[in-house]
Amino acid sequence: MRNNILTIMRKELTRFFTDRRLVLSVLVLPGLMIYLLYSFMGSAMGDLFSAEEDYTPLVHMIHAPESVSFMAEEAGMLVNRNNPEEKETLLSLVETKQADLLAVFPEDFEAQIAAYIPGQGTAANIELYYNAASPESSEAYSLFFSLLDAYEDTLANKFDINREVQSNLATEKDAAGLTFSSMLPLLLMVFLFSGCVSVAPESIAGEKERGSIATLLVTPMGRGQLAVGKVLSLGIIALLSGASSFLGTMLSLPKLMGEAAAMLDASVYSATDYAMLFLVIASTVLVLVSIIAVLSAFAKTVKEASTMVMPLMIVNMLIGVSAMFGSAQTDAFWYCIPLYNSVQCMSAIFAFRMDVSCILITLAVNLAFAALMTVVLRRLFNSEAVMFSR
Amino acid sequence: MDKILEVMGLKKQFKLSAKQQRLEKSGRKIVQAVDDLSFTANRGEIYGLLGPNGAGKTTTLRMLATLIKPDAGDALVDGVSIVNNPEKVRSRIGFLTSELKPEEYFTPSYLFDFFAELHGVSQDVRAARKAELFDTFGIGKFAEVKVANLSTGMKQKAAIAVTLAHDPDIIIFDEPTNGLDVLTAKVVTDYLLSLREKGKTVIVSTHIFSLIEKICDRVGVIIDGKMAVEGTLPEVCAGKLLEDRFFDIYAERAGEQA
Repeated sequence: MRNNILTIMRKELTRFFTDRRLVLSVLVLPGLMIYLLYSFMGSAMGDLFSAEEDYTPLVHMIHAPESVSFMAEEAGMLVNRNNPEEKETLLSLVETKQADLLAVFPEDFEAQIAAYIPGQGTAANIELYYNAASPESSEAYSLFFSLLDAYEDTLANKFDINREVQSNLATEKDAAGLTFSSMLPLLLMVFLFSGCVSVAPESIAGEKERGSIATLLVTPMGRGQLAVGKVLSLGIIALLSGASSFLGTMLSLPKLMGEAAAMLDASVYSATDYAMLFLVIASTVLVLVSIIAVLSAFAKTVKEASTMVMPLMIVNMLIGVSAMFGSAQTDAFWYCIPLYNSVQCMSAIFAFRMDVSCILITLAVNLAFAALMTVVLRRLFNSEAVMFSR
Repeated sequence: MDKILEVMGLKKQFKLSAKQQRLEKSGRKIVQAVDDLSFTANRGEIYGLLGPNGAGKTTTLRMLATLIKPDAGDALVDGVSIVNNPEKVRSRIGFLTSELKPEEYFTPSYLFDFFAELHGVSQDVRAARKAELFDTFGIGKFAEVKVANLSTGMKQKAAIAVTLAHDPDIIIFDEPTNGLDVLTAKVVTDYLLSLREKGKTVIVSTHIFSLIEKICDRVGVIIDGKMAVEGTLPEVCAGKLLEDRFFDIYAERAGEQA
C-alpha cells in the first residue's frame, strides 16, 4: 500500500519538477514578484510621501512676530515675510504647488497672546495653508506646526511630560511581534492558498478532463491510496510555493515599511517558534489542499475547478484578516475550527504568546480534517456519478 | 472451451440530468443503459459487442472494468467477481478507450514504468515488456519524447502500450479504432489479432461492422441495453452480411417495441 502512495507522489512531484514553466510560475515567480512588488511599493510610497532629504522648506509669513521667524530659521526653514495684500496670490501659489506654506498671523498677535486668559475669550488664531498633495508642502506644514506647538508650550509652561525619559518600554522584540502578528498571518494564508490552487485543480480535475483518471482507477491500486498520494504530493508542492512567497515577503518587508522597518527583525524568533510555525503551516496546507482536491473532483475541467474554489479563497482571506484585529484567542474552542485555528496560532506565535496546547489542538484538528477530506476524496474517486458524469 | 469471462444479468440505469432531459425531450428521468445482459467469452478469443451509439456498450465495458458498479447481476473475470472483488479483477484486465489521452507532461517510457509499478510488475520483466510493446507499436524512437510532442496516432499507440504494461489476460477495448488514422488503426487491429494468438481474450465494443468481421470470433448485438443476438459470427450472420443482418435485427426490435 505504501508503495502505491509513494508511486503516486513520485509521479506528481516528477510532473511538477520536470515542467520548467510550472516550477517558474509556482515556485520562483511568486516569491520574486512579491519581492519586486513590495520593494517597488515601498520605494514608490517613500518618494510619494516624503520630500528630498536635502530639501529646505520655505514658509511665507504675514504679520509673523520676530520670535517665530527666528525659530523657523533656526529649524532650517527659509522664511519669507510678506505683506497682507499678497495673501490671495500666495494662497494660489500653495494651491498650485508653487509655494510650500503660508502662515497668516493676527496683526496684533503678540498683544492678543499677552491679553489672553485661558478659559476666557477667544485665543489668537494662526492660519496655516498647505497642499497635502505636495510632499514638500506637507513636510513644511508638519515642521512649522511642531515649531508653533513648541512655541505655545513655552508661553504657558506649567508642567512637562516625559522630559528626557524613554517612555515607550516596548522592546524591539515586542514591536516586531506586534507588526508581524497583525500582518503575516493574512499574507501567509493568501500565499498558501495560492500555492494549493495552482496545482490541485490541475492534478484532480485535469485527470478527469484528459480522461486519464480511468486508466488510474482501473489499476489494482486502492482509491484511498490514490487520494492520499495526491493530497500529500500536492501538499509538498503547495508548501514550497508558500515558502517562496514567504521568503519574498520577509526580504522585501524592510523596503515596504521604510523607516518603521528598523524595529523589525525576524531573528527575534527562536528555532522553536519557527518549528511551531512550520508545523502549523504544514497542517494548514494539508487542510487547504484536501478541500481544493475535493472541490476539484466535482469539476469536469480545470477551469471549472478553478471557478469552484473561488468562494473558498474569499473565506480564506476573511479568516486571514481576523488576525489583524485583536490578539489571539485563548479559548481552546476556537482552535477546533480549521483554518481559523491556523490564523490564531500564527498570530500567537508571531506575538510571542504561543500556547503549546492550542498549537497541539490545531495540529490534531487540521490533520483530522485533512484525513476526513481525503476519505471524502476517496469516496469521490469511487463515485461513478462524480468521476464519469458528462 | 475455457470460459474466462461470464457476464450474468448485468443491469445499469442512470438518472438523467435536467439538461439531458431537456435534450432528450422524452420526459423520462431515468434511462436503462444495460438491461439484463448476459454473455460469455472464452480464453483466446476476440468477442465483439456490436450496437449503435447509446446501446449500452460502453456502460457494459465500464462495468466489466470495475469503473462503475452494476445495479444488479455480476460478471466473473477468470472466476473473480467484479462486484465482490473489483481490485483483484483490475489486476487481470487492461481497459482501453479511444477517449483516453495520456498525460502530456510525461514520456511514454515514464508512463509505462508508472503503470507497471502500480500493477506490481517487477523491473526486469518491465524492461523486456516495454521493449516488446514499444517495438510492436513503433514508438521505441519516441520513448523519451514528451507525449505532448507526439502525433495523435503516436499518442494513441503510447496509451495502448502503457495500458498493457502488466500483460493482462483480458483486454477490454472500447471502440478500438475510433478517431485513429488508417495506419494506426491497422497497427491496433493487427495487435489485437496477435493477442489472440498469444491466448489472450479481447473484448471490443464497436459500431463498425468491418472490424467485427475482421477480428471477432464471437459477437453480441446490443440494442437498447439488451442482448438481441449472440453467437459465433456465422451464427449471428445467418448467411447474410453482418451489416444486413444487424439492420434486420434492429428492425425486428423496433417492431417489438412499437
